[in-house]
Parts: sequence; C-alpha cells; structure tokens
Amino acid sequence: MSKRPGEGCSRKNADAGRKHDADADQSSPIIAAFKVFQQELDTKHDKHEHLIKISRDITIESKRTIFLLHRVTNVPNAESILNEAEVKLDAVRQKIGQIAEALRGEDLYQFHRAFTAGIQEYVEAVSFLHYIRHRSLISLEEINARLVFMRTESEDPEDSAEAPPAGSQVVTFHVTPADYLLGVADLTGELMRMCIGSVGNGDIDTPFQLSQFLRQIHDGFSYIGNTGPYEVSKKLHTLRQSLAKVEDACYTLRVRGSEIPKHMLADVFSSRTALIDPEEGVV
Amino acid sequence: MSVTEMFSYIQGFLSADQDIREDIRKVVQLLEQTAREILTVLQSVHQPSGFREIPEKCAKARELFSTVRTQIADLKTRFPVEQYYRFHEHWRFVLQRLAFLAALVVYLESEALVTREEVAQILGIEVVREKGFHLDVEDYLAGVLIMASELSRLAVNSVTAGDYGRPLRISSFINELDSGFRLLNLKNDPLRKRYDGLKYDVKKIEEVVYDLSIRGLAAEPEAGGGK
Repeated sequence: MSKRPGEGCSRKNADAGRKHDADADQSSPIIAAFKVFQQELDTKHDKHEHLIKISRDITIESKRTIFLLHRVTNVPNAESILNEAEVKLDAVRQKIGQIAEALRGEDLYQFHRAFTAGIQEYVEAVSFLHYIRHRSLISLEEINARLVFMRTESEDPEDSAEAPPAGSQVVTFHVTPADYLLGVADLTGELMRMCIGSVGNGDIDTPFQLSQFLRQIHDGFSYIGNTGPYEVSKKLHTLRQSLAKVEDACYTLRVRGSEIPKHMLADVFSSRTALIDPEEGVV
Repeated sequence: MSVTEMFSYIQGFLSADQDIREDIRKVVQLLEQTAREILTVLQSVHQPSGFREIPEKCAKARELFSTVRTQIADLKTRFPVEQYYRFHEHWRFVLQRLAFLAALVVYLESEALVTREEVAQILGIEVVREKGFHLDVEDYLAGVLIMASELSRLAVNSVTAGDYGRPLRISSFINELDSGFRLLNLKNDPLRKRYDGLKYDVKKIEEVVYDLSIRGLAAEPEAGGGK
C-alpha cells in the first residue's frame, strides 16, 4: 500500500514530462537539465541530416558527371563534353560550399561520416575529368584549391546567426587525405571501364596509357599498404582486379591485335577477363 | 606532381596520424587503469559493511580523480585541440566510464544527479567544444545510464544489508531520470541502445520497492528515507 504514493508521484512526473512539462519543469532540476540536452541533441541531429542530404545530392551529381565523361570516347567532339562536365562539377562545388558553410565553427570530424561518401564521389569525378584532360593524377592541393567559396550575405540568415554579417567572407573546404585516397581508389574502377570502352571503339593507344597510369596508382597504394584507413585495404583488392583486367586487355591487344579485326577485339578480351576473375578472387 | 610524389605525400600524412593515435592510446590506457581503480573503491559500497563507509569511499574516489585530471591534462597535449572528434573514438569509452564514476560519487554523496558542469569540473575538462577538450553530451548521458544500472544493483544490495529506505529513494530518482530521457529524441545509435536498457533497471527497482511494500518494510517512505 505504502508504495503507491511514492510510485504514483514519480509516475505523474514522468507523464507530465512526456506531455507538456509546464509544472515538472519547475519542480525538477533533472527535467530542466534534460530539456537542455534535448535541444542540444536535436540541433546536432538536424545538422547531421542536413549534411547527409547535401552529400546525397553531391553523390548523384558526381555519378552523372562520371557517366557523361564515359561518353567521351565515342563522340567526335570531346571538348564540348568536357565543358559540360565542368559545368556540372561547378554545381557540385556549390553544394560542397553549402557543407563548408554548415561546418563553419564546427569540428570537421564530428560530422565527417555524414558527407564522406559524397566527397569521395566528387574526388572520383573531378580526378576522372582531370585525367581525361591532362593524363595525370590530380593532386590534393589542386582539389582543395577549387573548394574556396565566397560567402554571400543572402545565405547568412539561413545557416548561422552567431556570426555577424560582415561583407563577403572566404569559406574553405578541405578534403581529407583519407577521402582523397578513397576517391582515387574509386577512380581506378572508372579508368578500367574507360579502357574496356575505348577498345570497343577501336582505340588502341588509350589502353596502354591507362595501364601505365593504373600501375603507378597501384604502386602508390602498395606503398601506403595498411598504414591507411581500413577502407583503403578493402579497395586495394578491387584495384588489383581492375589492374589485372586492364593489363590483360593490353596483353590481348598486343598478342592478337594484328590478327583480329579491330571491331571484334572487344569480344576477345571480355571473355578473357571473365576467365581471369575467379582466379583473382583467391589472391 | 607525379603519382609517386602524391602518394608519398599522403603516406607522410598517414604515418603522422598514426603516431598521434599511438600516443593517445598510451595515455588512454593509463586513464583506463585509474578508472578501474576508482571503480574498485566504489564497488565496496555493495558490501554489507560498505554502507556505513560511503563518505570515506567517496572521499577516496575523489582523491583518485585528481590523478584522472593530470592524465587528462596529459592527453590534451597529444593532439591539436580543434581535432577532438577526429580521435574521439579512442577516449570515448573511458570518458563515459569516468562520467559514470563521477555521477556515482555525486549520487552517493548527495543523492542528486550530477550536472554536466560538475562532471567536467571533476575531470578537469570543459563543457563546451569551443573552449577545448570537452565532455560530449552523448558521453555524459551514456555515463548517467551506466550509473542507473549500478543503482539498480545498489537497491538490491541495500535491502540485503538492511537499509530499506534507500531503494525507495533510488526508485524515485531513477523514475525521474527515466522521464528525463523520455524527453530526448534519440537516433538509432549506441546511446539509444543503452537507453533501451534503462527500463529494465526501472523494473528491477520497482520490484524491490514492491517486495518491501507488501512486507511492510517500507512503512514510512518519506521519513524512513532519512535513516
């Protein structure tokens, strides 16, 4: 019997806290403290969600850019495609600008998980474009150099109230070395596809250039080995597969290129890569 | 920049990162050691004899917290202050344990919920991120939840030791905590998982209170609490 008053009392407290805490608020310091925590956690989660949304958009747009760039091999006017890709990437950079804006005054790594996927995809797209243009690997500085944004007044009320608007400010976003590395690892998959695609079009030079480049990247990753983040070693395996495919394509081109009409080459080595695949899985 | 140069640049960055992590790990190991010592001191309150010595145990635990403060001060020097969350995973666990221990000491002393400011003060750290090494709100809440399950155990043991007032006070305290946590909108994360365990602690304590009540052992819940 005597338990009832004690328990009933705290129950009432709980219900009051759940519905609307007008009276519980004053009576209990614990409830008051948790109201503060509620706000703090909600703010943090909202920011996280906001960043995830931007990151998704970045991923989608970057993927589309990569698909666009794959068309470069079978159209006469490559330059117009490259320019179109550049325009698309500019839009992506605007989105990254929004991330940088949202992260102003925050710890970059606190929300890193929210946008790492998008950034990796962006690195992949931008380095792919750079490779097609210059046949070289874009550096981390070059990527970061393009992620400097001028903040305009109009964005101010939406994002942060604590900073007084004082003209246009410079906001930068830094791609972390780990994200760069993972993006480059993804790039190799695109290069492999580009290699296979270009053979299909009867382009015999590109595969050799690509295998050279891929080998350099592969050596680089082997040099880093397992000092990098955990995901790197996972991607290294896929990288080996891509490299094997490209090397095998080059081999086929060299050995049989002289005997088989160019338009049939694609069939020859696609069957060969299918053969080599299970073997690679063991390594 | 050639591919090789680029990769050796990244490699340099990665090994520097690894050095920092190793440094942090060493300090965190020491912290964990101290946390275990404090826990051992506080565990004796579960002994029948321990109930009379609660103030002494708390004083001893507070002494050990000064070791914690120097160790955390050491930890602070091991990495750039603005990169707290980059290495957060390394000390998250131990910081939650320490928050729990601080909360338990404060509860045993005053039967009140420790505030985040108090925990930060006991550990010699900050509350807000901007000021440096701080106590993340989720880590604080996780510590409080660990304390809740410790208190449900304490309720059982205090009955064994013949202290019938304490379970009732713990019950109302935990109930209040529970309603506090219900105010939070938790995501599906480790904190939420831990919070899901709180209801079992609540249930356990309510059972203890029930057992006492039907036997008339908790005749005066309010006054009897004063012991």
